[in-house]
Amino acid sequence: MTTAKKDRKTLISMQNIQKHYGDYHALRGINLEIGEGEFFSLLGPSGCGKTTLLRTIAGFEDYDSGYVMISGNDMRGVPANKRPTNMVFQSYAIFPHLTVAQNVAFGLRKSGMSKAEKAKAAEQALEMVGLKGYGHRAAHALSGGQRQRVALARALVLKPKVLLLDEPLSALDRKMREQMQVELIKLQREVGITFILVTHDQEEALVMSDRIAVMFEGEIAQCDDPEVLYRRPKSKRVADFIGVMNFLSAECRVEDGKKIVNVAGLGETEVADDQCPEGFPDGAATVGFRPETLTLLYEGQTATHREAAATIDEVVYYGDMTYYDVRFDGVDKAVRISMRNIFGRDVLEVGSRVRVSWSPGALVVFG
Amino acid sequence: MVEKLRRFFRTEKGTGLLLVSPTAIYALLMLAVPLAAVVLISFWTQNGVRDFDTTMTLANYKEALTDPLYRQLMLRSLMVSGLVTLITVLLAFPIAYFVSFGVKAEHKSLWIFLITIPFWTSYLIRVFLWKVILGYNGVLNSGLKAVGLIEEPLTFILYNVNAVIITLAHAYAPFAILPIFVALEKIDRSLLEAARDLGENRVMTFLRVTLPLAAPGVVAAVLIVFIPTIGDYVTPRLVGGPGGLMIANMIQTQFLRLNNAPLGATLAVLAMLIVAVIAIVFVIIGNRAAGQKGARK
Repeated sequence: MTTAKKDRKTLISMQNIQKHYGDYHALRGINLEIGEGEFFSLLGPSGCGKTTLLRTIAGFEDYDSGYVMISGNDMRGVPANKRPTNMVFQSYAIFPHLTVAQNVAFGLRKSGMSKAEKAKAAEQALEMVGLKGYGHRAAHALSGGQRQRVALARALVLKPKVLLLDEPLSALDRKMREQMQVELIKLQREVGITFILVTHDQEEALVMSDRIAVMFEGEIAQCDDPEVLYRRPKSKRVADFIGVMNFLSAECRVEDGKKIVNVAGLGETEVADDQCPEGFPDGAATVGFRPETLTLLYEGQTATHREAAATIDEVVYYGDMTYYDVRFDGVDKAVRISMRNIFGRDVLEVGSRVRVSWSPGALVVFG
Repeated sequence: MVEKLRRFFRTEKGTGLLLVSPTAIYALLMLAVPLAAVVLISFWTQNGVRDFDTTMTLANYKEALTDPLYRQLMLRSLMVSGLVTLITVLLAFPIAYFVSFGVKAEHKSLWIFLITIPFWTSYLIRVFLWKVILGYNGVLNSGLKAVGLIEEPLTFILYNVNAVIITLAHAYAPFAILPIFVALEKIDRSLLEAARDLGENRVMTFLRVTLPLAAPGVVAAVLIVFIPTIGDYVTPRLVGGPGGLMIANMIQTQFLRLNNAPLGATLAVLAMLIVAVIAIVFVIIGNRAAGQKGARK
């Protein structure tokens, strides 16, 4: 069971949710607690069940067993229109026969507000998402980014307890997506509503979330805040899915109560308990480390911790960064090193011999 | 000149013209010319069997608009086709809705195929079959008599307006189902989920989202049923009896029996004008319902 951060009150609590589509086991015992005001992400490859889980919270999907509680109320049998959740759909689902303002005010019919109050609420919601003055436009004349903002305003105007976002940024181009990520974070802080985001984009999840649940095959593989998820992934699969992770084979043994790992090409080092999320393996193992935990040493530089000799296999230049694929002496497999292209630092050439500095503390040992 | 023409026909525009010209000429001869002739004749006067007074006059229009007989026939035609349209579209909508929303995607084309089966029989034969069903000793009457629900055969079901309405509504049902089905199919299902998500129940979701978005299909269905039924000639002739005759039957009578082609032409022109006005009104209503209410692009 993963719990929300201590300083947050639990808003949504899911216990052992099971869901089948015919023979297909879509959700395999989901346990999750999401706190009030939290920006929570469900991250995973397509088909992992993240959208199904989101739709279960929204009330669009039934589940075989388990509980979904929102604010302590069991949601079983409660239809979507009676839940304190609102959704931003992947396709945005903007009503094409209504204007922008009519779209935003759609859910206010039963609010008891007067016509003028509804119009004002809609205008305020539009202002919040940066679409002030767009109310009279026809919905079908909007761009993708504008549609998304309308969908956001339409959901937020109802002041839900939870805003559900189903891959809301996947249809936008890269620039727009990055801009919207920042805007969504700001918006979430401003309104203080719990956001649950479904995404397959690990970078997006890392940028936006307070906590991330990584899902594979209908199960939560790990649920942690972005930093922990990135630095201390609990399994090789999570490590591989989040960012770039280098893997090298290793031999493990215990000597005088110390956990010793002999990494191919790097040599022996002692590791701490928290570097072994799956427990300390005896014998053959795999170690993982991020590209930025390695540094190429230039002339006159010395390693802060340890040093290994390597040959550059490939150079990928990104402008602000250069990625080097290097092979340590005695190892066939290349590992990736990322270096910032700070002023005065030359981009090295393929085939160069280099010294690489590495830190034993940055290793993660998998069985 | 010839060289110039030859070069023109090699351009894309020229080739296009060349390709559509047989159809265009055919349509021109078969539609535009007769139409123009009807309009022209409606201003003439008939003297003898093949003898027209070609002085232009509005006398026919005056007669057609003032004689209560013609007015009654026109109103009856409007009423019959209006009722047929209403009944057909009201019955077609649930069927189209069911096929679009209630049938699995892989079975939809089978359903549409089944709906078009009535077209395998000629329209005329279907009308005759209704005579068999509705007749004095027909299927319906003998059936009801056999189970003891009635003692005397029902007479109000054949050779009157009711029979015309029943027969036409049946004949045009597939024409109404198909455009409504297409409009319903085009509705993005996430819109319906969005409406539910925003707090509306099934009924309100239907009224606020499904129905307005299906409006273009409904308008198409209305036009497709209304326009041909108002001028229907065969059905009233076969099952309408004397009290079920419509304007098309009168036009035929004027041309062939009473030998007054100009008056028949006048009635035809007036009927066309009325249909055109009503059709335009429906199209405008449809566009309104389909949205962009007060919306600026």
